[in-house]
Amino acid sequence: MVYPYIPHTDEDRRRMLEAIGVSSIEELYSSLTEDLLLSDSVPISHGRTEDEVLRMITAIAQRNSTGIPFLGCGCYDHLVPSTVQTLASLPSFVTAYTPYQAEMSQGLLQVIYEFQSMICEITGMDISNASLYDGANAAAEAATIMISHKRKSSAVLVSSTIHPFTLQVLNTWALGTGHEIRLIPERQGVTDLKKLDDLLQEEVAGLIVQTPNRYGLLEDFSGIADTLHAKGCLLAISSDLLSLAMQKSPAEWGADIAVGDTQALGLPLAFGGPSCGYMAVSTALMRKIPGRIVGATVDKQGRRGYTLTLQAREQHIKREKASSNVCSNQALAALMTTIHLSSLGWGGMVEAAKQSYVKAHYLAYHLAQLPGMTLVWDVPFWCEFPLVFSDAKKMRKFLQELRNEGIFAGVRLSGLTRQVKDELVLLVAVTEKRSREELELYLAAARRVMK
Amino acid sequence: MSSIPEVLKYSKDHEWVRLDGDKAYVGITDHAQEELGEIVFVELPPVGERFGKDEEIATVESVKAASAIYNPIEGEVVAVNEDLDDSPDLVNTDCYKHHLYVLGSFSQSDFESLLDANAYGAFLESL
Amino acid sequence: MSEPLLIDKSKKGRKAYCFPALDLPRGFEQALPDIPASMLRVKAARLPEVAELDVVRHFTKLSTQSFGVDNGCYPLGSCTMKYNPKLGELIAQLPAFTTIHPLQDLSTAQGSLSIMYNLLEDLSSITGMSWGSLQPCAGAHGEYTGLKMIRAYFMKKGETKRTKVLVPISAHGTNPASAAMNGFDVVTIASDREGLVDMDDLASKLDDSVAALMLTNPNTLGLFEKNILKISSMVHASGGLLYYDGANLNAIMGMATPGDMGFDVLHLNLHKTFSTPHGGGGPGSGPVMVNDILRPFLPKPDIELTDGGYAYSWDRPDSIGKVSMFWGNFLVLLRAYVYVLRMGSEGIRAASSHAVLNANYLKSRLEKHFDIPYGTKVMHEFVISCESLKKEYGITAQDIAKGLIDEGYHPPTMYFPSLVPEALMLEPTESESIETLDAFADTLIAILERAKEDPLYLKGAPYTTPVGRLDEVKAVKEPDLRY
Repeated sequence: MVYPYIPHTDEDRRRMLEAIGVSSIEELYSSLTEDLLLSDSVPISHGRTEDEVLRMITAIAQRNSTGIPFLGCGCYDHLVPSTVQTLASLPSFVTAYTPYQAEMSQGLLQVIYEFQSMICEITGMDISNASLYDGANAAAEAATIMISHKRKSSAVLVSSTIHPFTLQVLNTWALGTGHEIRLIPERQGVTDLKKLDDLLQEEVAGLIVQTPNRYGLLEDFSGIADTLHAKGCLLAISSDLLSLAMQKSPAEWGADIAVGDTQALGLPLAFGGPSCGYMAVSTALMRKIPGRIVGATVDKQGRRGYTLTLQAREQHIKREKASSNVCSNQALAALMTTIHLSSLGWGGMVEAAKQSYVKAHYLAYHLAQLPGMTLVWDVPFWCEFPLVFSDAKKMRKFLQELRNEGIFAGVRLSGLTRQVKDELVLLVAVTEKRSREELELYLAAARRVMK
Repeated sequence: MSSIPEVLKYSKDHEWVRLDGDKAYVGITDHAQEELGEIVFVELPPVGERFGKDEEIATVESVKAASAIYNPIEGEVVAVNEDLDDSPDLVNTDCYKHHLYVLGSFSQSDFESLLDANAYGAFLESL
Repeated sequence: MSEPLLIDKSKKGRKAYCFPALDLPRGFEQALPDIPASMLRVKAARLPEVAELDVVRHFTKLSTQSFGVDNGCYPLGSCTMKYNPKLGELIAQLPAFTTIHPLQDLSTAQGSLSIMYNLLEDLSSITGMSWGSLQPCAGAHGEYTGLKMIRAYFMKKGETKRTKVLVPISAHGTNPASAAMNGFDVVTIASDREGLVDMDDLASKLDDSVAALMLTNPNTLGLFEKNILKISSMVHASGGLLYYDGANLNAIMGMATPGDMGFDVLHLNLHKTFSTPHGGGGPGSGPVMVNDILRPFLPKPDIELTDGGYAYSWDRPDSIGKVSMFWGNFLVLLRAYVYVLRMGSEGIRAASSHAVLNANYLKSRLEKHFDIPYGTKVMHEFVISCESLKKEYGITAQDIAKGLIDEGYHPPTMYFPSLVPEALMLEPTESESIETLDAFADTLIAILERAKEDPLYLKGAPYTTPVGRLDEVKAVKEPDLRY
């Protein structure tokens, strides 16, 4: 068989082997003892042509079905300008490696510089890195910064209202390292911060909170940054970046670290990945922030140019002493967010955030009128809200019947937390992309089921 | 050949220590600064904290390298050299003139176990 | 010509995108509850206000100042810059995959789950391991996950004093960094004269405080650790585990398996070996694969094939937990699956064997001109040392690299591994033809010859790029990290 991805002809192989001075390719594997060399090919299927693969994948794809998504929990269906996918598909972006050779990678480096700038503008923070894997991993990196910032600390406080998966990733982070994640309880759907001062013991390095939180509710962090700083602790706030067009930014709350996902800004749902984590910090933490950072400088002729900088923090130099092991990040996803933000501008961000807010409240207001489901907490929310059912059977019926009508009505919180107390909670997300017709369709179906 | 002033004491991690009354000044040696190249940043320890012997206390960075500084003698940080915040390259210019930090109530026995100039010179030879 | 920042082209009132008008009943908006003013944002963010064509021209221009595999030969050692098939790009844009929400009912996501399950099966076969997890988003993330599992395994066994991870001096920097993130102490293992693991040094450091040895095989010098079976039995006899860094799997894929070599856990780099694009530094994907003893510790959820179709299994008490927000970089997994389907069992074998053929051919073209200190026969990559050139002519590895840029090539990896002074590490991959390799070799030799006569010329390279060599000291001392 001839492989289009391998250009060698028989004649090429013959000439190359001759130049090397061996008689067969197998001879090049002579440092592998015979018991290591496979006698047969590995047990996977034979190769296929492009057309065969396309047909096969298309058939598999038909086993996915789409509905009108009112699903959120960290992954949202927002409007995305056509510029994003088309420009992010340019091959010299897609097929490039990390821009270690600055002179031939100015375009990519400038994109990252613009990304960093936009993340700083939106979060209000001083310094952003070039991206991390996702919001959950960004939170884990924030925990690492906290521990390394405060001498002899070993514990990080985390609100019980952060995304259940972020919490799980943080628990994995702590496993076997001697570090500890301590939960702060919730009250009325938000973090109970009244006793924060008592919780700030010697070994506590900082606090990680999230707004909008796991229920979609907006949290009030008034005063907590001062309480933390007085004890030498840091504050990290995790946010959906788009929500910051409406609610206070992490910097305005006095945070030292801002983390989260940029998914809401230009990335498809894509079964949850690739997403793109962001992290921005105050200047004081410049040498603690993990991952790649691009800076502007000049060449010998004084021309402005961009290069990877502050590399002494990173694994390829500092090895086991590095601030993190992160190497590859989510550069192409960060590019998509940069194009998205370039297309929307601040006005577009505010519009998307506001429309999401208004439409979510429209749906919530009308659903709250129905029997068997309530909006339990009187706390402001943005584009996602917790609907609590009176019984589980009714809830399953609701989800099933709406799915039959092509509506994905929400995410069951217990599916993420695996906890009985969350079994009746449905999280419903509404973005600016949901049309009036889609909202009315949802309401009509809900009225039918819940009557 | 790097310079090794007679009047100082040395650690095998390439720090020097100079006594001045009840205070000990700590810096990095000529050999250390040569190895690093142009120094672009020095992370100094918090004043008022006590550090053990060989505990990581500071970091010295060049563009392509970063070195941890291990505290050569136990003691409490009573001052740091703030000049290095703006001009970290002073360490390259004269590493024996520009200390990193100053220790008070330090361990006399730790100090006595440091190398003298001859022993440190021999140690460098052996590398 | 350099491209200005888009923010500098901003003009108040311009728009590159419009939202549909809000079409809710009149008055609803006004009746909304107020968010307390203390929770509202005060300061606007400074983002570009430009027209759609401005956005298009800006990013198109920036893409011309970027260099990918599609632009030219990219022999970047240890990075496996092979061709990224266009079919993968096409399929990764199918709405049937891009519009699936990670938390929609699994009965409606069977297609995506089936891709992940089948990819795991194929990766298990290719690596000779039992099973794996697709959650890690990059190679380093896979290392972190694998070492976390090793940690959990020894905790479960009560062997908490196994606190050390052994790492050869030639290892990628991520290895020690990942070990440190998991609370392990890192102990470096020396290389012997041939560039392989120093067996005496290894033996002297193996005891009951060692949790694992991490190995890249072939190593970063492009040499296969021929003592691997002995190493494996030594590590296991001391009660430790063996970790395989899959960065260099492209040398042996389909020819041999890490499983047969005795490795207990490994990570793959789908963005290297399995042809998914690097994207300028991600998103990649770093699946971890394990043998039976570590399988209970895999991240959760696991994917299972049940009577009702593919499902997630969460009830796994020994699991280390989640390592990603959702299920991994699905669109990268999809591309890798497309690659495996295209190549098949014979194709992946052909890929690695031709990668090895190309590396040895390129080496044969260069060895008369350059010092190649390790290896007579190599695997998929090899390392040149420019130390003697530096002594004799003052030419550094960096100078040679910059000279290549002017000739339209991406330079090799520079100054790694640190074992080789003034290192240039070349990995041509199977994608390049003999003509490309010949042209590259001729260019490299010509650069060398010119540099010997006129070293200053090379010191000034590159000349053809929008900027020359940049002042990196200034970049660190006066950080300018945002507009």
